[in-house]
Amino acid sequence: MASARPRPLSPHLSIWRWRVHAIVSITHRITGNAMAFAAVPIFVWWLAAAATGEEAYGTFYDLARGPLGYIVAIGFTWSFFQHMGSGLRHLVMDTGAGYEIQTARRSATAVFVFGVVMTLLFWGAIYLTKGFE
Amino acid sequence: MAEFALPKNSKINGNGIKHAVAPGAKRAKTFRIYRWDPDTAENPRFDSYTIDLDQTGPMVLDALIKIKSEIDPTLTFRRSCREGICGSCSMNIDGTNTLACTQAIDDVKGDVQITPLPHMDVVKDLVPDFTHFYAQYASIKPWLQTVTPSPSLKERIQSPEDREKLDGLYECILCACCSTSCPSYWWNNDKFLGPAILLQAYRWLADSRDEMTGERLDELEDPFRLYRCHTIMNCSNVCPKGLNPAEAIGEIKKMMVERQL
Repeated sequence: MASARPRPLSPHLSIWRWRVHAIVSITHRITGNAMAFAAVPIFVWWLAAAATGEEAYGTFYDLARGPLGYIVAIGFTWSFFQHMGSGLRHLVMDTGAGYEIQTARRSATAVFVFGVVMTLLFWGAIYLTKGFE
Repeated sequence: MAEFALPKNSKINGNGIKHAVAPGAKRAKTFRIYRWDPDTAENPRFDSYTIDLDQTGPMVLDALIKIKSEIDPTLTFRRSCREGICGSCSMNIDGTNTLACTQAIDDVKGDVQITPLPHMDVVKDLVPDFTHFYAQYASIKPWLQTVTPSPSLKERIQSPEDREKLDGLYECILCACCSTSCPSYWWNNDKFLGPAILLQAYRWLADSRDEMTGERLDELEDPFRLYRCHTIMNCSNVCPKGLNPAEAIGEIKKMMVERQL
């Protein structure tokens, strides 16, 4: 018997239990979009401010060297390394390797470790050579 | 654009019924089960049933059958073989897709939440509509296709090595646990074939006796049918038969490249 009213859609996102291999995939998309739609405009702003003159560059500089600037910069550094790690993982999987469940879980975990460690190393190097003012 | 929220008619209301706790139970366990009745105007709800595990078989399907026969005969679900070979009782248990008949109750911590396979049209309670899934299966022509005449009065010969290439593929029972675990399939199931159907497609691509390999690949060479797979790997993690649809899809992608060389 056909139902008189449309059938409901069963719950999906709200009930799903996420695991690391799926989280690394969605993080790849989020970090990629964050860099394309947020980091690129900020980079353009930096260039435009430098081209406009001292006052415009000063506005950018003050903001960039403030706490918010550091949070954003460290965030994008992590985005970059995270995206690079998961991108390399995709590259390997495109050759048909690393599809075993345990391997895929381990490589996904490794990508997260890589992203955090590289960010720490990067900013650690900056701190050791230049300091944070 | 993908629709991430449930449509208005699919949102779960708070009117779930709590059925009385099993009296005197030493090992009580509560099952929160998705309910939707096509004959009423109400939205889906979660009903709770608390049963005595000492009076129940070990698997989630045992609990469902007990609830249906002793507490609530209106509870609707599919089941048949009760030993993981028919694929009827596929559903989402504790946030992951599996077969109720091979999922041990003791392996679920806390209350057992059961919903239909995700992002499917619900016929009633835990029964999803498989019409589209089966149509997609038919679309890959899941049978041996040949152009050469078969040897007279004989079968088509296959070496043991070639036969081994079908291991890990032929065991698929089409329960749809994998396809309905795949976010790409959730958002694009109108065009993306999904892991179960692509694993089946590879089963015929990998068959040494099949003579339509090129045509089969042509059919899959499409931005959506095959390439919506982003190796999220949910499919291989949920497969109750321990198969690896993601790997099969990877093999198809490799065949696509290799035939260009």
